[in-house]
Amino acid sequence: MYAQMIKSEATADDPEKLAAFQARIDAGEKIEPKDWMPEGYRKTLIRQIGQHAHSEIVGQLPEGNWITRAPTLERKAILLAKVQDEAGHGLYLYGAAETLGVSRDELTEMLLDGRMKYSSIFNYPTLTWADMGAVGWLVDGAAIMNQVPLQRTSYGPYSRAMIRICKEESFHQRQGYHIMMKMAQGTPAQKKMAQDALNRFWYPSLMMFGPSDKDSVHSAQSMAWKIKMNTNDELRQKFVDQTVPQAEYLGLTVPDADLRWNENKAGYDFSQPDWSEFFDVLKGNGPCNTERLAARNKAWDDGAWVRDGLMAHAAKKRAARVAAE
Amino acid sequence: MKNEWPLWEVFIRGQHGLNHRHVGSLHAPDAELALKNARDVYTRRNEGVSIWVVEAQHITASAPSAKGPMYEPSESKVYRHPTFFDIPDEAGHM
Ligand SMILES: [Fe+2]
Ligand SMILES: [Fe+2]
Repeated sequence: MYAQMIKSEATADDPEKLAAFQARIDAGEKIEPKDWMPEGYRKTLIRQIGQHAHSEIVGQLPEGNWITRAPTLERKAILLAKVQDEAGHGLYLYGAAETLGVSRDELTEMLLDGRMKYSSIFNYPTLTWADMGAVGWLVDGAAIMNQVPLQRTSYGPYSRAMIRICKEESFHQRQGYHIMMKMAQGTPAQKKMAQDALNRFWYPSLMMFGPSDKDSVHSAQSMAWKIKMNTNDELRQKFVDQTVPQAEYLGLTVPDADLRWNENKAGYDFSQPDWSEFFDVLKGNGPCNTERLAARNKAWDDGAWVRDGLMAHAAKKRAARVAAE
Repeated sequence: MKNEWPLWEVFIRGQHGLNHRHVGSLHAPDAELALKNARDVYTRRNEGVSIWVVEAQHITASAPSAKGPMYEPSESKVYRHPTFFDIPDEAGHM
């Protein structure tokens, strides 16, 4: 999941309005930007959609790392197209967040100075070409698990952004799995590389769903508002159940000695990731946190003269047009 | 020192001759770049053959609170639909 640990905001609104609002959501109506909504709904959504958007943007960095070193021209074109899609996903989501009354620049600044987060997964490095396979297969795979149900979320602009994103996302996962297939069927060295990528990305991918929230009041509120559709544990279980047979097909081993099929629940039993590592990465101490934020800050600062210059040019053209009238 | 690029709404006509449809929004300094950005962001998979961009501040929208007075009057005018009229089969296709 690209939005982790979102605390829903308390709401101090008129109970009658709140009840009417909840009734609309229960009836399956979509909430649109100009409709009345509780302050907590608005603030929680800004945080959640914003964090999701930031993840799409920062998520370009670990994959961008391999564009110039892709093994063939075709793989390079594919990876480039995938990374470009992620930029688009970021834009759709920023657009949805902006309808809630926050500006694009405000959102960007909150990312750059650390007030807003992005998914923990993008603070891990991509060390070999096989990581491009593992990221597409596992990271996009985990993102899809979360995004598919969010197509039915109660907030109209968020739902529409999710529908668009989901249409594009399946290519990402498939191209990743395809890379893994090639590597796993390749030379012993290539297969080893694929196994190593799976070893490093397995637990960080499980962390993407966030810690267990089955007893969380925040989670319950978000689910009542339909801005969260499943618990973190439900989605993580679904992800494991779907992914383990895919690893088996590749002839690779999931790095979990306690992984086994549980007939009673018709799903796998599996080990939890190291949650202390997760909280540490969120705090800023992952292997790449500093590098990722530095790259985003540099892009923002280096682009300032372009943004300003184009605005000045637009103002000049406008003035000339007015003068000519 | 706020100098944020304005917001534009993007409308695209698909392959099959239907109306332009709202697909999303983006930021751009002027109309020309709004069109270019719209092409990059919203037509990466043959989604369209024509793009309109409109600066968001120029759009006038109806208020959600006006839903009742705006749309209820049409609910009682069922005779606006062809199925309101019973025409005997003998009259042939109509
Ligand atoms: Fe994405
Ligand atoms: Fe993706």
